[in-house]
Order: sequence, then C-alpha cells, then structure tokens
Amino acid sequence: MRHIISPNDLSLSELDALLNLAEDIIKDPDKYSDACHRKRLATLFYEPSTRTRLSFEAAMLNLGGTVIGFSSAESSSAAKGESIADTIRVVSHYADICVIRHPKEGAPYVASLHSKIPVINAGDGGHNHPTQTFTDLLTIKNLKGRFENLTVGFCGDLKFGRTVHSLLEALSRYPNIRFVLISPDELRIPAYIKEKILDPNNVPYEEVRSLEAAIPDLDILYMTRVQRERFFNEEDYIRLKDTYILNSKKMALAKEDMLVLHPLPRVNEISYEVDDDPRAVYFQQAKFGVYVRMALIMMLLRECEGRSLC
Amino acid sequence: MLNIGVLEQGIVIDHIQVGGAMKIYKYLDLENLDVSVAIIKNARSNKMGRKDIIKIEGTLDGINLDILGALDHKITINIIENGVIVEKKHPTLPDFVENVLKCKNPRCITSVENVPHTFKLTDREKGVYRCVYCEQSSKAIAGDL
Repeated sequence: MRHIISPNDLSLSELDALLNLAEDIIKDPDKYSDACHRKRLATLFYEPSTRTRLSFEAAMLNLGGTVIGFSSAESSSAAKGESIADTIRVVSHYADICVIRHPKEGAPYVASLHSKIPVINAGDGGHNHPTQTFTDLLTIKNLKGRFENLTVGFCGDLKFGRTVHSLLEALSRYPNIRFVLISPDELRIPAYIKEKILDPNNVPYEEVRSLEAAIPDLDILYMTRVQRERFFNEEDYIRLKDTYILNSKKMALAKEDMLVLHPLPRVNEISYEVDDDPRAVYFQQAKFGVYVRMALIMMLLRECEGRSLC
Repeated sequence: MLNIGVLEQGIVIDHIQVGGAMKIYKYLDLENLDVSVAIIKNARSNKMGRKDIIKIEGTLDGINLDILGALDHKITINIIENGVIVEKKHPTLPDFVENVLKCKNPRCITSVENVPHTFKLTDREKGVYRCVYCEQSSKAIAGDL
C-alpha cells in the first residue's frame, strides 16, 4: 500500500502517469464519473482549509465516491486528547482512503505508520504539501508545456512556505532548472532544503531580496503569502507581511509568457489589478487541483487492488 | 594535562567535543550505574585544541557504544584491559537511532504526540541525522533526551 507524504514519494515515471491521467480527466471528466463508485474518502483536517479540503471532496464526488470527515481539531476526538495513531486505526475501518492536514510537521507520516488505508498528506505545518505540488506541476505542464529549462522564482515566505519546499523538491528532479529565491533575510529558505535538495542535485540557485530585479529573468513566478499562523511573534508577522506586493508595474518588467502561480489564499501580496493579466494563472491553478487529486485518489485506490501506479 | 589515574579495566571515551561529555554521561545513565567515572572537561588536545574525556572503570555490558556516534561522531572509544588499550574504535554510525537524540523543533509532531524520537543518518561524513518526521537536522535542533 502506498502513502503520499512527500512529493517525491512518486517516482518521475509515476508522476508522469499521474499528470497524464489528470490531463485525460480534464479532456473527458464524464469517463471517470464512476471510477470510485462505492469508495469512501475520509478528510481529517486538524487545521483550517478551504481549497485543499473542498478540492479533495469535489474530486471524490466527481469520481462517484463518498466523503466523511472533520474540518477542525476541535470537532474531532483530538480535542479529547486522542492520538493520531488511534484516530487513523479507527478511520481505517470507516473509509478506503484518507487525507490528513495537521499543523504539526510529520503528523501524516505518523498516521501512515499505523494506517491500513492509503494516507495522503494535505499539508503538515511548514513541512510538505505534496498535492499542492502536484497541482503546481499540472499547471506548469498544461500551461507551459515543459518542466525543463525553466527559471523559477519563489517569492515571499520561503522559510515556512511548505508549498515552496515541496515544489522545489519536485522540480529539482528535472534538468536545467534554475531557482531564484526572493525573500527577506528572516524568511529565507531553510538550510535543510539547501543541504538535502539543492546542493546534492547541483541545482543552480540564487537568494535575492529584490523582486523587481529578479522578475525579468523568470519563466515562472511563484508568489506566497506570509502566513500569520506560522509566527510565534505577532510583531515579526506585521513587520514582514507586506515585504512583497506584485502589481501591474512589476508585471510590466516580466516576460510576456511568464506565469504567475500562487497556492492561495492570497491576502495582499498580489494586487487585484494583476488578476486580469493573462499571465496570472492562480485561479486556473486551483481548478487543476481538483483534477490532479482525482487522478491521485484513483491511482492509490487502484494500487490497493494490486495494480501498479504507472 | 590533568591525569585521573590509570585504568586497569574499563573504557575511555576520548575526543569528545568540548561540552559534550555530560550529554554522553546522561545518555549512558552513568549516574545510576555501579561504576567509577571521571569526567575531564576542556582538556588540551593536539588534534582538537580542546576536548572532553570520560573514563569509566568497569564494564558497560549490553550497551551499544556505536550509538554514541549519533551524539558525537568524532569520538574514540578505548577499551582497557589489564592497564593497556586492547581495542580502539571509532563508532560506526547507525542508519537510524531511536530515543537517543531529541527533536526540539516546536512544530514537529514529536512535541505533542508520544512517538519515539527517531532520527535517520543523512550525511555519514559529517555525522548529520535528521528527524524522520520533520527532517530537521540533529546539528541544528537536537538536544539531550
């Protein structure tokens, strides 16, 4: 049985299979409307979420399956002190596949150690968010047509931004990728990402502070929100939250075919005036999230029946 | 250098990074064992400048001394019998250690759930272990259990 805890839990060929299946679903969704008939998805959300939870639920319903779950720790037995291990042991009897979001890093991995059904990590603290990464990759594949030979800029909170860490890890596996890491000093990429991903793979990268200076070279700009919930100190959050705001003036410096991605929710790091720019694809990205999650649910359930992921 | 007598039978843990002796002392639970122990802190060393040393009189049966490598990968363990060194070994770093290092990342699941503190060796040369849950490095955040 396979669990998806980190984006690299799928090999490149499995990832290709996932993205190809997602593109096939985009072409003909009706073909898959009964693919998960009589299957049940459990959504265990210990932390608030709009897009991820609803897109997983929409994905399972689109496949003809059903959904059970909770949307906050307060409305689950976690409030009574139940461990993740005990919760997943119980949920394994109620559902065929499970999605878990938790504010603590490594929680979905703990769940996977005790689960009898596939576990999908839907975000664990500032650590990993693999299905957002698959969404980002499907967006890039569909709209850019390639993963190779790209200069990708990540801007904003690169320290706590789990979507950044996961996408960096996934893109590092492709040839001729270059990263420009744009952040204030306090929110630079963690050392372990450099040691574990960038340095061993010899991925060229530079760390800069100016978005204006970096934007002309970028093929993709991945904007992120400075996340209030990751700070222990409110003062630090207030000081850093408005460091980068993407507006039309900055977009005028970018290439004509640069794509702007954002995992959403957006607060004020992208001005509303940018939304009408055809290069701003973050709402399309949210749509791709449903398709890629449909493909992932299908693949993991097929694997439980003894079929390979590819 | 300060000398604390010659051991007839025992173990000398040498080349401990300065300040690390108490970590090893605590891990081996030497306080509760019926052995004589000398801790030499901040000793002069040609190789390291300064180092800590632990001398233990007696035997430590059943303890895997290789695990000490996770606490300090540069240490040397000398086994003494009849007043002479009969074995000098450098610990072979285990691929995984459980409940030897403690993850101090406040965002890690180990901070709230009763799960074993498990670390995986990710850089044998530098002796770097990472928490299997949150991937933080033992160098950056691990502490004593």
